[in-house]
Amino acid sequence: MISPAPLRHREIFPVAGLDLERAGTVSTEVQRVLRKLGVEPEVVRRAGIVCFEGEMNIVLYTPGGRIILLVYDDRVELIFSDQGPGIPDIELARQPGYSTAPNWARELGFGSGMGIPNMETNSDKLEIRSRPGEGTVIRAVILRRRNETEGSGEGPRP
Amino acid sequence: MKLKEVVKALGLEILVFPAPDLEVHDGYVSDLLSDVLAHAKPGELWLTHQRHLNVVAVAKLRELSGVIFVRGIRPGLDVLQKAREEGVNLFVSESDAFHTAGRLHRLLFP
Ligand SMILES: Nc1ncnc2c1ncn2[C@@H]1O[C@H](COP(=O)(O)OP(=O)(O)OP(=O)(O)O)[C@@H](O)[C@H]1O
Ligand SMILES: [Mg+2]
Repeated sequence: MISPAPLRHREIFPVAGLDLERAGTVSTEVQRVLRKLGVEPEVVRRAGIVCFEGEMNIVLYTPGGRIILLVYDDRVELIFSDQGPGIPDIELARQPGYSTAPNWARELGFGSGMGIPNMETNSDKLEIRSRPGEGTVIRAVILRRRNETEGSGEGPRP
Repeated sequence: MKLKEVVKALGLEILVFPAPDLEVHDGYVSDLLSDVLAHAKPGELWLTHQRHLNVVAVAKLRELSGVIFVRGIRPGLDVLQKAREEGVNLFVSESDAFHTAGRLHRLLFP
């Protein structure tokens, strides 16, 4: 499925843990970079949402980490890594509605347990690897479909 | 219906209004950011009690037509500044979420 297309762009964004002031800035920046590279609007849209959710989880649950953006001719990849507490039960964390968000985060509108499900919906492949006490790595792959009709709000899901 | 007509009909206070000619077909009420990202549709007008920076990020990511802060809730200057940079429309409604949504619904689905 994933062909050896050449890498067009690689960028690393550090994410500070618990810094809600700056939270959300990486997804805005990633969208800007993708648009500038001429990536299809629907892919930019999906990558933005995947990035926001991954970024928010690093901010809320870990002391910090980073996001790597890789742009290929046929796909966009986002790799989130952190040195946080890890996810003990990944299958559980993938379930809509599961959340361990603290109260202060819930008051700000986080903690509906929809972040990882949203990452899944908006990517074509989502791999989660985690070791309790060491951290978490999440890799999201978003395929680029060039001949898709652009500009329509919700593209049909494959 | 054009957003500027909605704003007038509901008597909304304008905070940031860079795109008055957007079309509004529907609305969404939620205080949960990921819920909005999952279920709100592009072009919808979002009613919320949240008033921090990520509201602007979510509205932009989901391509909503704007945000209405209900019950007279007002965000800080940093939020207004970010909304201006990102081109996101922001309003305040003095009435609560239930009554604001009710009036918007009557307007869009008479
Ligand atoms: N990077 C991470 N490190 C440690 N735990 C994580 C990480 N990302 C997610 N989790 C765990 O997985 C749970 C589910 O995450 P998810 O993003 O789906 O929902 P949420 O963050 O709780 O709520 P929402 O994203 O809807 O605001 C979190 O509550 C948390 O327990
Ligand atoms: Mg989350």
